Amino acid sequence: MKWLTAKRIFRAGVLSFSRNAFVSFASILVMTVTLFTVGVTLFAGVILGSALDELRNKADVNVYFTQNAPEDRMLELKASLEALPEVLKVEYLSRDEALAQFRERHKNDQLTLSALDELGDNPLGAVLNIKAKDISQYESISAFLKDQQSAGAGGAAIIDKINFYDAQHRAALERLQYITNSAKVLGQWIVAILILTTLAISFNTLRLAIYSSRDEIQVMRLVGAGSFYIRAPFMVEGVLYGLVAGIVTLLIFYPLTWWLGGATGNFFGGVNIFNYYLSNFLYFFFVIIGTGVVLGALASFLAVRRYLKI
Amino acid sequence: MIYYDRVSKIYADNSIALEDVSFSVEPGEFISVVGHSGAGKTTLVKMLLAEEKPTTGSVFFESINVHEIPLNKVGDLRRKIGTVFQDFRLLPNKTAYENIAFAMEAAGRAEQEIHSDVPHVLELVDLGDKMNNFPHELSGGEQQRVAIARAIVNQPDVIVADEPTGNLDPVNTFEIVQILKKINDLGTTILLTTHNKGVIDSLKKRVVTMDKGKVIRDDKEGKYIL
Repeated sequence: MKWLTAKRIFRAGVLSFSRNAFVSFASILVMTVTLFTVGVTLFAGVILGSALDELRNKADVNVYFTQNAPEDRMLELKASLEALPEVLKVEYLSRDEALAQFRERHKNDQLTLSALDELGDNPLGAVLNIKAKDISQYESISAFLKDQQSAGAGGAAIIDKINFYDAQHRAALERLQYITNSAKVLGQWIVAILILTTLAISFNTLRLAIYSSRDEIQVMRLVGAGSFYIRAPFMVEGVLYGLVAGIVTLLIFYPLTWWLGGATGNFFGGVNIFNYYLSNFLYFFFVIIGTGVVLGALASFLAVRRYLKI
Repeated sequence: MIYYDRVSKIYADNSIALEDVSFSVEPGEFISVVGHSGAGKTTLVKMLLAEEKPTTGSVFFESINVHEIPLNKVGDLRRKIGTVFQDFRLLPNKTAYENIAFAMEAAGRAEQEIHSDVPHVLELVDLGDKMNNFPHELSGGEQQRVAIARAIVNQPDVIVADEPTGNLDPVNTFEIVQILKKINDLGTTILLTTHNKGVIDSLKKRVVTMDKGKVIRDDKEGKYIL
């Protein structure tokens, strides 16, 4: 008997979906806009996230050693830095490497190069290039380095300078942290507002669609149909709207991401959204179809409720 | 079978729809409730179907107080009462066949029963050839006959017909009344509300006359007297 009821409910939902073609079309259209917005925010999140990561990657702290610092002590410091949980990566540049890098950077600046040649000796010390897991952690890493600097004061000091304590470098770091944090918060707010708005529009469209059936619901009630038996076909219809709108949205994203993929690949952060879409298709499929189906069922469930009170 | 016990209905704006109405309906009876528009006929019907609650008094159907039935059980009551309305109230997106089948499905009847009973009941109201038509493809009289078929298909104990001929021409009116008489002859109780004098005078059955929310006459073989 349960199976029979389910079959009847499903049949009634499908029949109503196909017979109310215009209402179905309008509902699917509005729902597609909603699901498209959900999808766009997923992509925007990925692009923003990778752009912010790229920005954060630009931040670092450098330790400049004195010219005569012994290599074993510098490598020892490198090892103890790597042991810190805040540290992502430490790169060691020996004096010669630092010089080669300096020459490379100034290869078009003849004046500087000839001044360097004039000196004869290598004026640069070795360098440690430290990247933290998060921008906010540079402060504690630098504090650790400062401790090391003063602890080494007993012997010969090997650290010449920690650039975190340059006012300019520090300001740049703080600014970077502020920008990335604000961008993240702003992004989340925009996403939340956008999604809530389109959800509300979809919700209302389904409510209107069911409003047009309110007399029908009353008639069903008067011939003795139970609440569930009246409500369920509307929910089936809502699920169908969500399903079709979800499939349409997924289909639209295919050519759209293909078209925009190259542009986003060259964008700061460099995620090709077409490749991202294809490799995460299952994720998009479940989020978009799932949102459509749940939205359709829930909106119909709630909209029918108010007409069942007789 | 049906018993209105000192029923009054006063709306929020103090307008009185019913005032101290009491009468009973026996099984197998054909009772007509007559009165001008606004006399309270439709309110009486709505009370029996638990669509509206009385301000004071009670309505009993088969010794059960209709207004003590919880909302989720009201369907059981309504399936025992077949209803026919002035404006037909068919489901616009379902064919004549599906409209009748819906009432059977709502009552949890099996597919086989539906397949055999729906065509049969449509034949009974002379619409065997229109079962696949949608309501908007049928005339007013035909729509009302579909509504009657829907009302009788679950073999209810009573049929309530609220102004069933109000929107129909004399020929269709006559046909609808004949169908109702036939149903009554087969043993079903009929409660008919109308303001059509011709219908009442031709029936020669019990007539309850209402005016301004009160019962002013109750005649065994009545006529339309107002």
